[in-house]
Amino acid sequence: MTPEHIDLLAALGRARAGVRVEVDKPYLIESRLTPLARREGFESIEALVDELRAKREERLIWAVVESLCRTETNFFRGREAFAALRDGVLPSLSHRRDAPLRIWSAACATGQEVYSVAMAAAEATDLAPGARFEFFGSDLSERCLEKAQTGLYTQFEVQRGLPIRMLVKYFENQDDTWTISPRIRQMVRWRRINLLSDLSALGSFDVILLRNVLRNMVPALRGKVVRGLAARLAADGVLVLDPGDDISELNDILVPAPGGAGLHLRDPTIATAVAA
Amino acid sequence: MKTCLVVDDSRVIRKVARRVLEDIGFDIAEASDGMEALAWCRAAMPDAVLLDWNMPVMNGLEFLKLLRRERGGDTPKVIFCTVENSVDRIREALDAGADEYIMKPFDGDIIQAKFAEAGLL
Repeated sequence: MTPEHIDLLAALGRARAGVRVEVDKPYLIESRLTPLARREGFESIEALVDELRAKREERLIWAVVESLCRTETNFFRGREAFAALRDGVLPSLSHRRDAPLRIWSAACATGQEVYSVAMAAAEATDLAPGARFEFFGSDLSERCLEKAQTGLYTQFEVQRGLPIRMLVKYFENQDDTWTISPRIRQMVRWRRINLLSDLSALGSFDVILLRNVLRNMVPALRGKVVRGLAARLAADGVLVLDPGDDISELNDILVPAPGGAGLHLRDPTIATAVAA
Repeated sequence: MKTCLVVDDSRVIRKVARRVLEDIGFDIAEASDGMEALAWCRAAMPDAVLLDWNMPVMNGLEFLKLLRRERGGDTPKVIFCTVENSVDRIREALDAGADEYIMKPFDGDIIQAKFAEAGLL
């Protein structure tokens, strides 16, 4: 790839999805785009980018942008956050609501995160009697969402992060393919969402997870995304980021919860309930 | 340093597992069947056992049941590592006292994830 090819890809990723393309790591770009180039019938990534430049076809542009985004994930990735949800946040919120708790995995990739929260909710004790949940998984990538919706995972995928007791409790297998139980799968609704777009029509959520995203975004756009999500959060809701994500410039709208698991709150007065 | 007994009748698997586990800070002992493993445990109880299921002389499940009846045999974390991947088999292993379970083929990431899950890291 020439520097011009790389610059064009970086500009596209930034403009369409706020994704930070590491221009000094062409091998990363190549590893992410090679499968797409092959699928689309191009001889090389260069040929793909040339076509992009010549025709500006929206479908292909989005396919490229989706491929530039990082999608690696695990079940229960960042275990502490799920323990905090299971033992503190979900029970506490369930006692304050009559309506179902609405939980949104905003960059769900291939679905492991939203299924992990659904399993964490199923494992939670101390919930209000009759507590109900609605789970939402969204991602920029249609391909990821398609896989997520099937609930099918390889034997490698179910062995990263998923305790064996959870595997036998919530999955069935046929040879090396593992399927999450319909009971969990049917609790989740899916939708393609670009987090840079207007999110105001989505309603309000009690818990929003945004993980493996901010660190891969153009710094100037991180604030916009976090503000957009914070506006969708119930007054006593919880935003779950990665422990390393620094949003201190947004401390007028969100404060970190004690415990260091990446949980953030709109209302610091409920911090003790969440940390419980 | 924590010790891990790697029990597998395949020398290749033992070698691969040894390399991964040494990298994450374990001292390794090896046994090629359940009987040999039991002798090891009676001499020096390890912190962890990585355990194949199908082996000559004494299989992994028989070993595990006997181990859990030994004095001090409830302390090692036992992680199965086997081609057996039916839910029934996994449940059988858990009922017999296994702490975690790896389905072959595995890689270094999986071993590390499962040892963390068992509270060994």
